[in-house]
Amino acid sequence: MLDKGKLHKGKRLLAIAVTSLAATAAQAQTELTMYYPVSVGGPLTQVVDGMIEQFEQQNPDIDVNAIYAGNYNDARMKALAALKSGEPAQLSVMFSIDVHELKDLDAIVSFDDVVETDEERQWLDSFYPALMENGKVDGTTWGIPFQRSTIVMYYNKDMFREAGLDPEHPPQNWDELAEMGQKLVKKDADGNVERWGAMIPSTGYPYWMFGALAKQNGADLMNSAGNETYFNKPEMVEALQYWKDLGSKYNVMPEGTIEWGTLRQNFLEGKTAMMWHSTGNLTAVKNAADFDFGVAFLPAHKNFGSPTGGGNFYLFKDATPDERRAALKLVRFMTSPEQAALWSKDTGYMGVSPAAYETDILKQYVAEFPPAAVARDQLEYATAELSTHQSGRVRKLLDDAIQSVLNGQAEPQEALDSAQNQAKRILSRY
Amino acid sequence: MKRLSWLHAWLMLLPALAMLMAFTHIPALTTIWHSLFYPARGSEPEEFAGLDNYRMMLDDDVFWQALNNNLWYALVTVPASMVLALAMALWVNGKIRGRSALRLAYFTPTMLPMIAVANIWLFFYSPEIGLFNKVLGWFGVAGINWLGDTDWALPSLMLMTIWKEAGFFMIFYLAALQALDRDIYDAAALEGASRWYRFRRLTLPLLMPTTLFVLVNAVLNAFKLVDHLFILTKGGPNNASNLLLYYIYENAFSFFDANYAATLTVVLLAMLILLALLQFGVLERRIHYR
Amino acid sequence: MARFTHALSTSAAWLLGLLWILPLLYAFWASTHPAEYATRFDLFAPLTGEHFVTAWNQAPFMRYMLNTVIITGLILTFQLILCTLAGYALARMPFRGRGLVFALVLLQLMVMPEILIVENYRTLSMIDLIDTHIGVGLPYMASAFGIFLLRQTFKTVPQELEDVARLEGCSRLGVLWKVYVPLAKPTYLAYGLVSISHHWNNFLWPLVVTNTESSRPLTVGMAIFGAPESGVDWPVICAGTLIAIGPLLAIFLLFQRRFVQSFMYAGLK
Repeated sequence: MLDKGKLHKGKRLLAIAVTSLAATAAQAQTELTMYYPVSVGGPLTQVVDGMIEQFEQQNPDIDVNAIYAGNYNDARMKALAALKSGEPAQLSVMFSIDVHELKDLDAIVSFDDVVETDEERQWLDSFYPALMENGKVDGTTWGIPFQRSTIVMYYNKDMFREAGLDPEHPPQNWDELAEMGQKLVKKDADGNVERWGAMIPSTGYPYWMFGALAKQNGADLMNSAGNETYFNKPEMVEALQYWKDLGSKYNVMPEGTIEWGTLRQNFLEGKTAMMWHSTGNLTAVKNAADFDFGVAFLPAHKNFGSPTGGGNFYLFKDATPDERRAALKLVRFMTSPEQAALWSKDTGYMGVSPAAYETDILKQYVAEFPPAAVARDQLEYATAELSTHQSGRVRKLLDDAIQSVLNGQAEPQEALDSAQNQAKRILSRY
Repeated sequence: MKRLSWLHAWLMLLPALAMLMAFTHIPALTTIWHSLFYPARGSEPEEFAGLDNYRMMLDDDVFWQALNNNLWYALVTVPASMVLALAMALWVNGKIRGRSALRLAYFTPTMLPMIAVANIWLFFYSPEIGLFNKVLGWFGVAGINWLGDTDWALPSLMLMTIWKEAGFFMIFYLAALQALDRDIYDAAALEGASRWYRFRRLTLPLLMPTTLFVLVNAVLNAFKLVDHLFILTKGGPNNASNLLLYYIYENAFSFFDANYAATLTVVLLAMLILLALLQFGVLERRIHYR
Repeated sequence: MARFTHALSTSAAWLLGLLWILPLLYAFWASTHPAEYATRFDLFAPLTGEHFVTAWNQAPFMRYMLNTVIITGLILTFQLILCTLAGYALARMPFRGRGLVFALVLLQLMVMPEILIVENYRTLSMIDLIDTHIGVGLPYMASAFGIFLLRQTFKTVPQELEDVARLEGCSRLGVLWKVYVPLAKPTYLAYGLVSISHHWNNFLWPLVVTNTESSRPLTVGMAIFGAPESGVDWPVICAGTLIAIGPLLAIFLLFQRRFVQSFMYAGLK
């Protein structure tokens, strides 16, 4: 038989239990820290913040601290630095091509090790295969595509009309690019060029642009294990020669290097009729262009071609099982068809899965604004972006070779030979 | 009491010395130590490399280019910014119209963060839309690809550096000029010495200590000021504007090869210590005549 | 002839002055006019404040500014204390090995913290101070320049003043505080302004040691927000720059005259 006192005590105990339960529930909050880079125009940080906020609303038990860390290089450095000094970071968006290096540093875990259910395993296969090329090594998935792009050609339709060209027929191949480019060049009375035919940026990510030319010429820059490069194959030499010729022979492009960062401005100011740039710039161009512009595949030589580019989600090794599950949840949310569709619309980056293009948002957007689908359609011809062990060093070798050729300091063959030899020496240890 | 004096002295020196040791002397030594190892792979410990890193450096064209660039960079920016600084100081020390506005104008670059203002220079240098080429265009001169041409990239960086530095050094010259004894000048003027003569035989020698001080600072800055590279050229095209410290940064924080970065740092340290010894020789004399 | 040279010299001075503030003028232009005028100059272009709003919303300027103020203040405070003590000991307290200590101090004039980023980074991650304000400040807290400057200034203080104060029963620290420090005021002001303008604008080391907004100063924030990789948006960058340098500009305008004067007295000649 219960007396009143006991009952009272029971109630009190219950109350304590409930409050402490609530407290532990609050403590069971999983905190995630992720670093992410931005490498194209527009207020992308706000877009990311908005997505994170939505995720937190849907998952009140997870707190996400998303840290914007500059360009790809900064983001990688910051994330790794945080890990090294014991600060938390469970996942990050980093350069898709960092995969070998991150593996060498023993910093990341594969998604295959984190997924548990069949449904999750299927999810791993839901992305465009071309986008997985940089994320998979030996059949294991290390990176999930997020802010991914290909290179596309933006062109000024008004200028095409003015030059008597068909604005619906951008150059389809290398010869047409040179030919049409020449028609689009405009000079002033002194013979100084007022408007160039085309511009391919050669600072920042020259190796990326070169990867496109190489692919169009039917060759890849490296193997998928990331321990061999093919910089001095005849196809590469030919591709680099063509790039140089656009400036020095056909005169459709300025000589010397062309700045990646100011190129969009050049295009918007009408200083060039065509530019090759990341599709991630699409929304920024769309918002600022006061002329009629089109977006097209990069011209083909043997075939169409562009490397994919951009950032993947990686999961860091140093995390508790709970954090890992929460991180996976976040990655799944950020790459879900709806979010991918919104992200694509807001930025110009690709919807990373076919399902993203099946959403109403993207269906409608693509119908209104067909350029939004160009990058996706080009995926069929896409290849992996240059990714090797010690990727920073190897990239720099190729970048330097390209810039030396564009500046007339070296011939394509010798520059690429030297880059290849040095790359070989660096990669011999892997 | 007297006996404790040395103890007091050491106690007062201790905090500063400890910090200097921890962040200057000891790291200078550990730099040498770390340059003798291969970079760590994953969680494995570093492996002793002997002089391999140094051999790699001697074979490294980029290192030689960066070193060469850096020497030219110093050789041009140091005298240019010093001469300009002196000229500016003479102007704003004399009776010139709008003196304080000018003084402020010369000094502004010192207050602007290099990294932010580099973006504005990026606009000046931008070949198609930039200000410099626009101005050249008015005179019918074809534009220059300032930052994208291997011949122009380094000079373009130099120009910005001179702009950044001259105003700062001007302040030191200005302070020195204002402290000069007017009587000597009046006497010299009475004797009919020309302005140029007075400048050469009086002002310049009297400014010698300042010149020395500014010189040391300017040389140092030539080796440590690389902020603008991050925005303008990243050392390109093809390393035409690469400088030692930037290359060290790249190796340590982009290529994750802290050991090779240490090797490069040793070279930079050696150069600076050599300069320091030179300077001590001169400085010593200066302290004595005080 | 003399008048002609004078006119020539004056216009040269003005031309140079104009060149020197050109970037600042451009920053004002680009940040206060619509984006399409960023590379075009038209007297009748409409004014707008939108870029300041955009810049302000795109980066947490308040946070960056706060970080910069904390870092600069932290560094300056420690510099003043450490350099005063060391400068006094080196100026007025004879002890064995003083020459050597002074030489060791002067070495830092040459071997600046900037050069040692790689090793100092290692040290900081060892003691777990990456991404903290104190971590950004540590390598600069003992400054050879400051010690040297104060030592020179203290040496010019008449020894008799110290002796009198000591006779009156002042301790060493008391003498330092009551006699030396007040007399060295101009040196402190000059040094303080140099230190502030240096650390307000310092970039490379903070870039290396800060990871997040919690410690990232203005310069690093600016670099991230204006990185050319993301496609240069000059009006917004210019607005951001103006926001960032505003306080420093104000300090300088306020102290302009005192600044030069203090340099004069500080023995920086």
